[in-house]
Amino acid sequence: MLNSYLPLLVILLLSAFIGVAILVLSALLSRKNASPIKLMPYECGMDPIGNARRRFAVRFFLIGMLFIVFDIELIFLFPWAAIYEKLLMFGFIEMLIFVLVLLLGLIYVWKKGALEWE
Amino acid sequence: MIPIPAINLGSILPALILCAAGLVVLAVGLFVRRGAVTVAALISLVGIVLAFMTNSPLRALNAEAFSGLVAADSFCWFLNILILIAVGLTVLISAKYLADEGMALPEYFVLLLFCAAGMMFMVSGNHILVIFIGLETLSISVYVLAGIHPAIPRSQESALKYLLLGAFSSGLFLYGAALLYGSAGSLALPALAKYFQAGSTSLMAKAGMGLLLIGFGFKVAAVPFHMWTPDVYEGAPTPITAFMSVGVKAAAFAAFVRVFFDSLAALQVNWSQILWVLALVTMILGNLAALVQDNIKRMLAYSSIAHAGYILVGMVAGHTEGTSALLYYLLAYTFTNMGAFGVVALVGRKGEANNMIDDYRGLAKLHPLLAVTMAIFLFSLAGVPPTAGFVGKFTIFSAAVKEGYVGLVIVGVLTSAISVYYYFRVVMKMYMEAPATEPQALHFGPAVVVGLLIAAVGVLYIGIFPITYLDLAAKSVMPLF
Repeated sequence: MLNSYLPLLVILLLSAFIGVAILVLSALLSRKNASPIKLMPYECGMDPIGNARRRFAVRFFLIGMLFIVFDIELIFLFPWAAIYEKLLMFGFIEMLIFVLVLLLGLIYVWKKGALEWE
Repeated sequence: MIPIPAINLGSILPALILCAAGLVVLAVGLFVRRGAVTVAALISLVGIVLAFMTNSPLRALNAEAFSGLVAADSFCWFLNILILIAVGLTVLISAKYLADEGMALPEYFVLLLFCAAGMMFMVSGNHILVIFIGLETLSISVYVLAGIHPAIPRSQESALKYLLLGAFSSGLFLYGAALLYGSAGSLALPALAKYFQAGSTSLMAKAGMGLLLIGFGFKVAAVPFHMWTPDVYEGAPTPITAFMSVGVKAAAFAAFVRVFFDSLAALQVNWSQILWVLALVTMILGNLAALVQDNIKRMLAYSSIAHAGYILVGMVAGHTEGTSALLYYLLAYTFTNMGAFGVVALVGRKGEANNMIDDYRGLAKLHPLLAVTMAIFLFSLAGVPPTAGFVGKFTIFSAAVKEGYVGLVIVGVLTSAISVYYYFRVVMKMYMEAPATEPQALHFGPAVVVGLLIAAVGVLYIGIFPITYLDLAAKSVMPLF
């Protein structure tokens, strides 16, 4: 019964290995000239340390949200493209509708000025 | 060639049309400068009428579509009609409200249409994940709609409260679904039914059922999951409050009924006891808390909690009688509450400045017809014949008595007697007291008048000639049993 969980274990080990390997390799190979700004933990557009009640720019999150929408579009587009020839006209029309709906969304945010960085 | 599963777009055509109408409104709203709200409302109404027409084939069906993910049956048919009535009346009430408040937001209608489409998926979902996606589609739209009023901070406050609590309840719902999946190996409702009928019930499955029950209980605002209701209903723009109290409740009850009677029927002994308690406390607390409210939106919020209690009595009674009474009650409640909130939206005037019960003083002298319609809605909410509310309560309570839940019915009747006090307090203010010395003018619009007229006629018509609609409700629940 536990055999069916073997692939999960493999994935777990593999991802742990890749994560550790990346950290170790970059620590060994990278050139280091640290500055205080470079050492700050990365956060979208705000000071990571300080008063939590301060106002912060919402722009990063707006762009981030839009990015996710189109990222998800890609997730659907890749498998579709891989078997496009087998899906024929049906697949084409389905994907056309999907992309058109997203395109309408893009036109909407564009027109509303959400893509402008001032 | 990859085998493509059979696709039966007809089964979800009403929802698709609403989505398409929403997209058209979105596109048109970008390019129309003047009168965007009117254009958006008209397109929405056209979409709703088209959806209404494409809905009728569902009535004769009892089938599944999209590999069993979606059910196409008369239960969907009935609730789709209910949702379309609710969203249609909301559009009619909203056009004037948005114009008064200076909110040139075609997006309002886009969200409304998407929300209604989500409700339809929730109602027709034959798989818990489809129901969940429908639930989220409707919830996210409603979160935004609740906070859409830019000038009232309370509106944004209510949106945030609703979002936080709603996200939490969605989490519980999903946890329940995960536990059910863990024990039954599938989330398709027929597969769950098969699993439980085979007599296998683990503790994990029962816990999953309980968590699902909490998720649904939150959406229908049953005590003790009702805390958000008064604040959110008070803060949200009045037409949206109307839509929430009717549409969201109907869709959530429909999915609640489908999941619990279709797939968890074998556990009925377990969950009907829980619902018995929930119905009892919901009726008592909703009605008692409504007694002391001075704000009419808060009062109607507590009254909607109380009505969720009566509807739960229908679920406890179960069988064809209980569930068909529940459907009829939802229909009656749709017309009644949409109408009542429509009047509240009208009397509230600009900035919702007149939402106190005292603001209804002398309404009968100033606007006799408006006072009569409000009185009709309040009588229906209180359950006075010959309105639809009376027939609804009568059928639900008689179904419960038939199943032997006499104690519950006694509490139900006593609490509805209490409810007469707070509904009639508004009627008293309207008819027995003198108006304020310098009453502000009240502006009607054609759309609101049509909306209120439809609601009032609906309340009286299905109240005076209930047999047809009770039959329809009884036929609509057949696919579940």
